[in-house]
Amino acid sequence: MELIRPDTNFNFVGVRRWAYVFSAVLILVGIVSLIVHGGPNYGVDFAGGSLIQVKFQKPTTAQAIRDALGDLKMGEESIQRFGDLQNNEFLVRVSQETQDLNTLAQRVERTLEQQFGQGNIEIRRVETVGPKVGKDLRQKALFAIFYAILFIVIYISGRFELKWLMSLVVALALMLAVYLAGLVGAGVTGLILIALVITLVVCFFFQLKFALGAIVALMHDVAITVGIFSLLDKEMTLTIVAAILTIIGYSLNDTIVVFDRIRENTRKYRKQAFDRVVNSSINETLSRTILTGGTTLIVLICLYFLGGPVIADFALALIIGIIIGTYSSIYVASPILLIWPPAGAVVKSKAKRTSRPKNKK
Amino acid sequence: MERSLKWRILIVLAVLFVSLVYIYPSLAPGLPTWWQKALPSEKIHLGLDLRGGMHLILEVQAEKAVESAVERTVEELKFSLVKTKLPVNSVTRIEGRRIEVLLARAEDQDKFNKLLDDEFDYLVTDATDETAGRLKLLLSLHPKEAARIKEMAVRQALETIRNRIDQFGVTEPDIRPQGEDRIVIQLPGVKDPERAVALIGKTALLEFKLVEEAHSVEKALAEGPPPGTEILHQVLTDKETGRTSKTPFLVRTRSLLTGEYVTDARVTIDNQFNEPYVALNFDAKGSRLFERITEANVNKRLAIVLDGNVYSAPVIQEKISGGKARITGSFTLEEARDLAIVLRAGALPAPVNILEERTVGPSLGQDSIDQGVNSVAVGLVLVLIFMIFYYRLSGVIADTVLCLNIVFIFAALAAFGATLTLPGIAGIILTIGMAVDANVLIFERIREEIRLGKTPRAAVDGGFGKATWTILDANVTTLIAALVLFQFGTGPIRGFAVTLSIGIVASLFTAIFVARIIFDYLLVKVKMRKISV
Repeated sequence: MELIRPDTNFNFVGVRRWAYVFSAVLILVGIVSLIVHGGPNYGVDFAGGSLIQVKFQKPTTAQAIRDALGDLKMGEESIQRFGDLQNNEFLVRVSQETQDLNTLAQRVERTLEQQFGQGNIEIRRVETVGPKVGKDLRQKALFAIFYAILFIVIYISGRFELKWLMSLVVALALMLAVYLAGLVGAGVTGLILIALVITLVVCFFFQLKFALGAIVALMHDVAITVGIFSLLDKEMTLTIVAAILTIIGYSLNDTIVVFDRIRENTRKYRKQAFDRVVNSSINETLSRTILTGGTTLIVLICLYFLGGPVIADFALALIIGIIIGTYSSIYVASPILLIWPPAGAVVKSKAKRTSRPKNKK
Repeated sequence: MERSLKWRILIVLAVLFVSLVYIYPSLAPGLPTWWQKALPSEKIHLGLDLRGGMHLILEVQAEKAVESAVERTVEELKFSLVKTKLPVNSVTRIEGRRIEVLLARAEDQDKFNKLLDDEFDYLVTDATDETAGRLKLLLSLHPKEAARIKEMAVRQALETIRNRIDQFGVTEPDIRPQGEDRIVIQLPGVKDPERAVALIGKTALLEFKLVEEAHSVEKALAEGPPPGTEILHQVLTDKETGRTSKTPFLVRTRSLLTGEYVTDARVTIDNQFNEPYVALNFDAKGSRLFERITEANVNKRLAIVLDGNVYSAPVIQEKISGGKARITGSFTLEEARDLAIVLRAGALPAPVNILEERTVGPSLGQDSIDQGVNSVAVGLVLVLIFMIFYYRLSGVIADTVLCLNIVFIFAALAAFGATLTLPGIAGIILTIGMAVDANVLIFERIREEIRLGKTPRAAVDGGFGKATWTILDANVTTLIAALVLFQFGTGPIRGFAVTLSIGIVASLFTAIFVARIIFDYLLVKVKMRKISV
């Protein structure tokens, strides 16, 4: 059985400007959403506070719970249904301004028991994070992302450009920049942005096209995933950060497969125009790209629907990330290579063929 | 080819056998003794989010321990000054950790410094100020001494908490220090998290103070307590309404006796009122102290204070020798038991703050396991079926190695003593999806080679050869991400990083090494004519 016929020749490279527009729109929408919501929707992991998952035996509504807890004077709270309707589970979220975070869960439980009757409620899960820890975790998460990007940049520069010296230079430049930024007192977010900007600039300057393509693709994936999450008003928790790092790994996975093919074909078909080589490489790997993306999506969709509400957001983040990651390997990473013509190859050809010429060896 | 094929098959079978040995303990309800002695016998550890239980991070307020130490030093200094007959106007603790001494006569400075050198060499003089013949000295603790006190406080807190938890009765508690002043506690399967937190967080400072009879409580409330006394409250909770009532007591600040002299605390039921109380035993020194206190203060009330709250204030009927006392106050049996536990384990040297608490109820844990296993099973079956449809016989080969993969992952988890969490199960699922990738890369190459007209043997060689580098490359990046997650992640996320990493390594092994063996076997032994791919 074959989903993709071996002689397909979609014109990916030709439509790349449309793809850029599409991507730009998605990213913009994400940014607007972030601005409108005032930043990402931080969960208790990062914002501090208490999260209590309560299960009721008899069906009830969020409003009823809110009324019941009203006289506890807990400050800003939000109560949401969790999972399927028949679960009768709700999440009670209390921000950290409350006086005594330590005994909050007990007080909530006692008040609910009084209102709804003992035996009617069950506390399934409690997560309480003090403000200090919340800040710590935020830092940790950002550092994790930063180091991941650092190592990946080094690896890609070395592996693809075979300019290990160059990749060392990039690494040193990054560390220097980070150190300076640290002196100036930039937060970790600033660090990451600076690191990314420097990487892009260095890659552009030294014509490290493969590295540039890969990094732009993965920034694109993370940005859109975070944007969509903000759009859907989903919480940003530690698990979601883990999902983001996994998406980074996966997206690179994809991109590397295509790039490997491009390099192989560039060596094989020296006479061919570079944009034709890129396009045919993408077509050749299309089967694998769709298939791997497909099987991963199958299992993730299973996880989303069957894995229970606790892990559902995680699964959703991965699903979005993988779809976007696959898309970016085809439409974003590879076309970026075309910004520079490679040394010695024929520059862009205008003709578009509808079928690939048979390989005559 | 034939010989290396044999060896390779043997290697794979050996790895498979070892893996099954590691997995068996987790599946079997009981292990025979001969197994337990010679072979690995640990089940796979389940994380708190799958088992249910509590994860706590405490912060020891070590600074308060320093302040208490300074307070004690003030008393000792006063005592020494009286002994050496140095006239002094006042010795007070100021600003938390400094001591201000007002010497009546400035000429006594040398004598005072000698006293410091002899008995208080851990005090440092920060400043002196002489006015009108009097000398004011500002002293503070030597920074090394302060650091030592802090470190001791954290260590003592750790031991005390460990003691309390041991008596509480939780299987496999995990208590360890983190950083300078934090303690991480994991209590798997704890049934009553509220009680556990109360037990752990209680400072449990037991003090015996005399109730001040000369002044009236009301006057003290209105005008403030006279020097040397303070107002403490007795908090009573009505069991039915849940309402609390506070009764103020005026007591003398100086503790006559503290909990450090308590050697034992037991719960006993009072025969008369059928109410539980806690019976205390003092050590020799404490017994003597108690005897003297009760002898000197018959008919006065002695307040029993725990963490600044008055538990009871009974009237001293007579001199009590024998070092036994009892703490009453309408307890439930559970409250009495918990009080006995903290009194036996001792007071915390400094109060603790709860920085982070994550509790998962056992029912949610079980649900998560069920749902996780369910999604793995369904996802696996779908992928298996799909591979057969798409790649026919080669698909069957891919399926076989995929199942081997899963066996290897679980075996590695058991072998490393790693913990399986809910995100960890997600990691296994992700591995299933991505493991297929390696096979797909190889099979697509083989298809290409066949289209180019190569023989089955050459096609397999070419396919594996060209794809291997790409496979290694691609998986390295995911591995980097997983390793970073492991380094920076906490509990459940670490579980994810672990299963993902193990899964990647295992899938590299199975896809490249094992699948190749199967193909070679089919080509050489079965002499397959055409590759079904």
